[in-house]
Formats: sequence, C-alpha cells, structure tokens
Amino acid sequence: MRVSRGMRLSLRTIALGYLLLLLALPVGFVFYKTFDKGLGAVWDALTSDNAISAIKLTLLMVAVAVPLNTAFGVLAALVIVRGRVRGKALLNALIDLPFAVSPVVVGLALYLLYGRQGWFGSWLLDHGIQVIFSTPGMILATVFVSLPFVVREVIPVLREIGTGQEEAAATLGASAWQTFWRITLPAIRWGVLYGVVLTTARALGEFGAVSVVSGKILGSTDTLPVYVQNRFEAFDLTGAYAASAMLALIALATLLLMTKLQPKEART
Amino acid sequence: MIDLSDVTKRYDDFTALHDVSLHVPAGSLTALLGPSGSGKSTLLRVIAGLEAPDSGTVSIDGEDATRVPARRRGVGFVFQHYAAFKHMTVRANVAFGLKVRRRAKADVRARVDELLALVHLDGLADRYPSQLSGGQRQRMALARALAPGPRVLLLDEPFGALDAQVREELRVWLRRLHEEVHVTTVFVTHDQEEAMDVAEQVAVISEGRIQQVGTPRDLYEHPANDFVMGFIGPVTRLGDTVVRPHDVAIVDEPGPGTREALVERVAHLSFEVRVELTLDDGRDVWVQLTRAQAAELELEPGQIVWIRPSYSNAGAFQAAGSALSVAT
Repeated sequence: MRVSRGMRLSLRTIALGYLLLLLALPVGFVFYKTFDKGLGAVWDALTSDNAISAIKLTLLMVAVAVPLNTAFGVLAALVIVRGRVRGKALLNALIDLPFAVSPVVVGLALYLLYGRQGWFGSWLLDHGIQVIFSTPGMILATVFVSLPFVVREVIPVLREIGTGQEEAAATLGASAWQTFWRITLPAIRWGVLYGVVLTTARALGEFGAVSVVSGKILGSTDTLPVYVQNRFEAFDLTGAYAASAMLALIALATLLLMTKLQPKEART
Repeated sequence: MIDLSDVTKRYDDFTALHDVSLHVPAGSLTALLGPSGSGKSTLLRVIAGLEAPDSGTVSIDGEDATRVPARRRGVGFVFQHYAAFKHMTVRANVAFGLKVRRRAKADVRARVDELLALVHLDGLADRYPSQLSGGQRQRMALARALAPGPRVLLLDEPFGALDAQVREELRVWLRRLHEEVHVTTVFVTHDQEEAMDVAEQVAVISEGRIQQVGTPRDLYEHPANDFVMGFIGPVTRLGDTVVRPHDVAIVDEPGPGTREALVERVAHLSFEVRVELTLDDGRDVWVQLTRAQAAELELEPGQIVWIRPSYSNAGAFQAAGSALSVAT
C-alpha cells in the first residue's frame, strides 16, 4: 500500500501521541514529582525503615513467585504441548484463571480458605502458622496472579519447534532429562525469559490480591504497591512518589536486562 | 539385521500398519517405497522406537527390541527436515550422541573430525546449522546419526526437502557412503526412481501392507500385483492386460494377436518417443518407442496401425523405468 507523506506523518503522530499520553507522560510525571522536593527528600523517603521493609518484602515476593512459576510454567507447558495425558484441556483452561478472575476476588478467596475461619486457616493457626495478614498469604496471592505468564509464553514456542530435535536426541541416546536440559530448554529459552520478565513485572506490581491478604502493618506486611497507597492516603506525597519511582525503576531494570540478554536475531 | 514380525500400528480408527513382516539383511541398503500415507514412515519410526507397535515384534541383530526405548536401540535416525540442533555448532551437533554417553573428550574430538571428513564438512565445523545449505545440513544430520556407531541407520525421506540436483548428488553419495561404512541401512522414499537407483532391496508398501520385497530388477520384471507394477514403472492397458508401454510392438499390418489402433499423437521426448493411440474398442493406450523404432515406423497422427504385446525387449527395463514414473 502506498501511503502519502502527510498520511504517514499523521499516523506516526497519532501513534506516538497515544503512547506519550497514556504511557510515557504518567510514568515520567511520577519521576518528575518524585524529585520535586529535591534529592534529599527522596533519599529520606526511600531509606525510612518502612520503605526499606516494603522494598525487601516486594523483592521477596519476586524471589519466591518467579522461580516457582517458571518451573511450574515450563512443566505445565510441556504437559500441555507434549503430554499424552487426559485432562490437558482442563489444565490449559485453568491456567488462564488468574487472568480471568479479578485480583480482589483472588485475595478474598485466599482469605476464605486460609483465614481464621477458613478451611485450612484454623488448622494452620493451631500449628502456629499465620497465612492471612502475613507474608505467606501475600506470597500465595502473588504466585497466583503471576502464574500464567511463563506457560503462555512457552506454549507457542514449544509448538513451533516441534518434536524433531527431541526425537533426534532420543535416537542419539539422550535420556529424557538430558534432552530437556540440552535440547528443549535452549530451544525455548527466549520464551521462558520473556515469561520471566512478565512474571517479575506482575509480581512486583500486584496490588489488589496482595492488599486484601496483607495486614497493611507498616514496616512489616507492606509491599511497595501497598506502601504507595498507604503513603498516598497519609498525604505523604513525597513518600508515595518515591516508592512509585522505585517500583518503576526495578521494572525498567528488568526490561533492560532482558533486552541485554537477548541475542540480536531475537530482537525485533 | 532387522526383523519385523506381524507389526500392527493403529491411530484411533486408522490402521497405519497391518501385520507387517520384513527381513532386512545385515549390511544391506533397503528402501521402503510407497505413496504418502502408505505407512512407510510409521514403519521406520517403529523400527527406531519412536512409535510403539500395538502388536508384533521388532528385533535388531537377533535381539528383541520391541520394548527397548529409542535411546537404547542403537539406531541412527535421519529426519526429512534435518532436525538440526539449531543452538549448536556443526561440531556440537555431531558430538551430541557421544557426549550424552560421556565419552572422553579427546575421543569425541577425534571421532567428530573423522565423521566431518567423511561427510565433507571439515571446514564448516564451527558454523551453525542456519549457516548451511539444505544438502550440508542433511550431511551433518547423517554424520550426527553415525557418530555413536549405530547398528542400524534409518533415513526418513532424507532427500525429500532438497531440490532435484542436490537430491541426485546426495543419492550417489549415500550409495558410496554405504559401501564405505556398511551399516545396515533402511531409507524411506516415495520416489520409485530413488529407491531403484540407491537400494539393493526394495520393499513396496501400500495401505499399511507390504506388497512385495525384492531387488529393483525383480520388482520391475516380476511385480507381484497391479499396484507394484503401476508404482514401480509406467503402465498402460492393452485390452484387459496391464503392460509396460515399452512392451508393446507397433506393426504396419495385421498378424496373430494384433489389434487395430488409431495413432492420436506422437511426442518426441528426449531419447524416447511416446505414441498415444485409440484401440478399436475406443480405449486409449500409449506406447514407448526408441527414436530408432519411431523413425522406422514413420508414424503420423490419424494413421491406422496394429499393436500387440511384446516381451522381447524386456531387458531394456532400466532405462525406460527411470525415464518415466507413474504419478503417485
């Protein structure tokens, strides 16, 4: 299709304007407002005990949810694409549940199961384990909402590479374990990596589900997003902006890391 | 040596292999020849252990291998679409079967060098598969399959994805390689010329059943049934009998056993001349002549001639057989 110069220019303006207005401007504005009161204020806001605790807890969420969901995601994708078991369709449908259900509902469901009156909650409490309003519950919520990303990224890649290389490895004497580590995993690595980045982003940023099961105890059960809301409601705008900027920075760093790791031919 | 006995393989309600029995002699080069969907690839995959038969047994070198997993069967397998390990260099691809067996590094290196020389890829050891041509990739796949020293080499339409000229080259090359390495080899093809050209023994398969096993010459001269006859070489019908078009004589006057026919068309193809005629009962028949025969008869469209079967020139089967093939 031939597009005139003017047409091309206006299409470009619309696309860029859209991105600017909806993505760049709000995120940029957070950074701008963060440094409104100077670097010292930001430093103080980020190094307060409560902020540090929130950052640590957020990183803990990522550290638990990402490895768990990566291992599970690769395994589930293998079962769905390569497996010869019944119930594959059901598994495939279940995996999208965290996408379909609102995070608040997820939080509520966890509360009903693990809360003081919940099915597992009372038994666990009797054994000294508090799930709801405590770190375990927040981890559960984070794992739940960030579960589908690796699976969804890996499935199409697995389908695309087909079974040829794996069959070749088998006829060459490789065990299933050797085939997975030496053939399958290297072949799907960019899919896995992209899934990991999305999982990380989601685990960092999850608010709804975590907020329901978090005790919102400052300096103890606050993740960064929950802390942002807490600061915002306490009219501590510098604190809220600084924490937001911190969140955005961690997410950007993850994205940059992925771009760095990716080989040239995989970049588009 | 491979022995298959009464191998049956079903997929849901489709039976890919019906009670297939086949003997592949040690050190031979055998072709499984059949149209697409005939079950020939399934049979090869059953030998390799990539598919499990529903019944029947597979034995390799006299040992029952039916329940032995692919990785312990000692088979080398070459896939139609190469199945190259894309993230590994040519050297690493070829070394794979040795590395998973934890062979000593120096041995692996020596063996890989030897194989790369055998398949003429010595200079390309550090390339990636994406930097090779189709023919080079398939030679790499062959070296990879041979590296662990398999008892049996299986090739599934190995030249199917290559263009005609490369196919021809690799065909000659495979035959030479087999003379050098002498491993029991089975290759699958749908191209009768390829099978007849390369293999010492050909097994013709159709609809999941072995139709006939024999040398290329046997199959051509003594086909077991109409299917084999039609699949192995060109055929035409003379009344109720199916004959090779070069086994029909055209004469210019009636005699014993002749039938009247009208010349419809004379086509001069390379060294052969193809004559299309209509018989007295209205049915079409075609005849293959040499250029000399055609020149002598001076055939013209519209001319009335007499034809009869003649098996006197059956010795010319190979030339004619490779020139024309039945559409499959």
